[in-house]
Amino acid sequence: MSWCGVGCASPVSPVHYEHLWKLAFLRRFPPPPTELMTDVPGTLVEDRPVAGDPVGPRERTRRVITEVPSRADRRFNQVTMGAGISVLVLLTLVGTFLLIQSSDALGETGVWTFLTRTEWRTDVSPARIGVLGLLAGTILVALVAIAIAIPLSVFSALAITEYSTAKRRKWLIGVVDLLAAVPSLLFGLWGFLYLSGKIVPISLWLTQNLGWIPLFKTSEDASLTGSIFIAGIVVALMVLPIITSVVREVFSQTPPGEKEAALALGGTRWGMIKTVVLPFGKGGIIGGSMLGLGRALGETIAVALLLPQVPQKIGDSIHILQNGGATVSGFIANRAGADAFTTSGLLAAGLVLFIITLGTNMIASVVVSKSRSGAGVDI
Amino acid sequence: MTDVDVAVESDLEENLTEADLEKAEKVFAKKVEIIGGPPPGPATLEAKDACAWFGDRLVLEGVDLVMPKGQVTALIGPSGCGKSTFLRLLNRMHELIPGAALDGEILLDGDDIYATGTRAQQVRMRIGMVFQKPNPFPAMTIRENVLAALKLARLKCSDKDTLVEQSLIRAGLWKEVRDRLDSPGGALSGGQQQRLCIARSLAVHPNVLLMDEPCSALDPTSTRRVEETIDELRGEVTVVIVTHNMQQAQRVSDLCAFFLAAENQPGVVVEQGPTDVMFSTPTDSRTLDYVQGRFG
Ligand SMILES: Nc1ncnc2c1ncn2[C@@H]1O[C@H](COP(=O)(O)OP(=O)(O)O)[C@@H](O)[C@H]1O
Ligand SMILES: [Mg+2]
Repeated sequence: MSWCGVGCASPVSPVHYEHLWKLAFLRRFPPPPTELMTDVPGTLVEDRPVAGDPVGPRERTRRVITEVPSRADRRFNQVTMGAGISVLVLLTLVGTFLLIQSSDALGETGVWTFLTRTEWRTDVSPARIGVLGLLAGTILVALVAIAIAIPLSVFSALAITEYSTAKRRKWLIGVVDLLAAVPSLLFGLWGFLYLSGKIVPISLWLTQNLGWIPLFKTSEDASLTGSIFIAGIVVALMVLPIITSVVREVFSQTPPGEKEAALALGGTRWGMIKTVVLPFGKGGIIGGSMLGLGRALGETIAVALLLPQVPQKIGDSIHILQNGGATVSGFIANRAGADAFTTSGLLAAGLVLFIITLGTNMIASVVVSKSRSGAGVDI
Repeated sequence: MTDVDVAVESDLEENLTEADLEKAEKVFAKKVEIIGGPPPGPATLEAKDACAWFGDRLVLEGVDLVMPKGQVTALIGPSGCGKSTFLRLLNRMHELIPGAALDGEILLDGDDIYATGTRAQQVRMRIGMVFQKPNPFPAMTIRENVLAALKLARLKCSDKDTLVEQSLIRAGLWKEVRDRLDSPGGALSGGQQQRLCIARSLAVHPNVLLMDEPCSALDPTSTRRVEETIDELRGEVTVVIVTHNMQQAQRVSDLCAFFLAAENQPGVVVEQGPTDVMFSTPTDSRTLDYVQGRFG
């Protein structure tokens, strides 16, 4: 028998009253609410058409209502669309330019050979050029940079959003933004003239104590200046502000209700951060880091100054603590203005970098916008 | 009794058997020990001359109120008169707001929770809180949500599964979620989320449970479930509930305190006493006006 309708029209029977104590307990097992909502008390179940019951075919007309935009909306739409399209056009133009200019070198070398060859020699004939050595250096510098920058950025962002008074927050944001305003040339010079010397003892310690890890191994009597490690540190400082600002933006959008819940349950501030802020900001951390990675991949001046810019085998590049290495952008900066063929080769290397950076940035924005925290954040 | 009430009960009669009852009794017969958790049983909470500021603004003045152990105390009054602020004074959530200040004493079984050397985390573990807007951790599973306090307060528990089941039964949510304990807490309906929050607060066996308008965002059915839960907690936990719903205050509370703030004046407790007296023969005419819905 169903609960509804005629059967229950009379008030609760005396039996129910006798069992009220039990009822109170039983109420802990309530029925799912859906049934309550769908059945209207007072109607017999039989009277209502059952879902899927053939009531008889009925013609439906589908009406699609389209909004008619106002004049102002149309104008605004055109302007924004125009701006968006012009960005795309620009991007396509740059890509096409690179493709056309690099076709000489790529045609002569062959795309696959170019992508897989390490050495870059224009003094022999025919010239033997390839981008692999440059790519290895580029990626290693970028990875070192973001490996250092991510924890620093996350902790600075936490210091700003969670551990600061309003006044100190403003001040800290200002300082981080100021860091972004320093021209990268100055970072490069400072790294070259000052920081490099200070890092060498750290490199030495790392290779002496952690040398069994291939990454930290150095060959004997190798110089420890001009290393990928040092270049990575300098680049880390350059990408720190952008990662910090994305992560900070995301952290500051953590729902306050969840933060309060964690604290009200007896959590410490750090416990709250671990259970609420970091999981919420995960997408932002990943996206911000990839954005930083994109920046780090293209960083030029600092690495042009810091690295010898001699393409190395991947196996040699991996020893990041010792002198050596080259990156695409640094190498281009060093060799710019050479003969036509070299220039074409350099532009081909640039094209490869362009594609990689574009890909990284695209993945970054997808990750950020897909994550719960990043839905409202533009990077 | 409304049609819906009748409906729910006859449905319960039909679907639930003696076996269900026995099963539940067995679950509650199991003793779950929480190492480092609050001392057992309800506690008396007492405010002595409590005052609160936001910046330079005094929003609550001279509140003296005893919330006896195991009883339900309702805080009523119009918006903005300081009920939430008072509630947040009771478990040291007030101090989290920049510029917030307070005066007076809050005694938990006689000990001042603001005494030097008393850690806020310790106090909040003993005095749980349910907020107006349901705030489960959406990325965590239902089970993880219930156990969140253990993780946050770094407590150990002898039998997590039983604790989860007990807490969810007490919050009136077990039957709806027992088959999907590992699905995310954010995927529940608003009313279920609120009951999950109640289960989460109850999991550490707090001495006091504070509820700030827990039903104001809920549908009538969920509201009823929450009220039943409060009713069943009587005697086990001291409950302090803020509500704008006069019927709810009458239904669930033993004691009632009426807060009021004149324009640009701090909120004060105008009158307090047993709920039936407060609603039938209050001494202050403003209380009568308010409980009869003539202002506020
Ligand atoms: N975070 C805050 N900062 C400043 N003033 C606040 C804050 N929260 C509440 N207030 C003020 O304190 C007074 C009491 O608020 P509240 O305790 O939330 O009232 P109620 O819960 O009774 O509606 C109100 O006048 C409100 O404007
Ligand atoms: Mg309030």
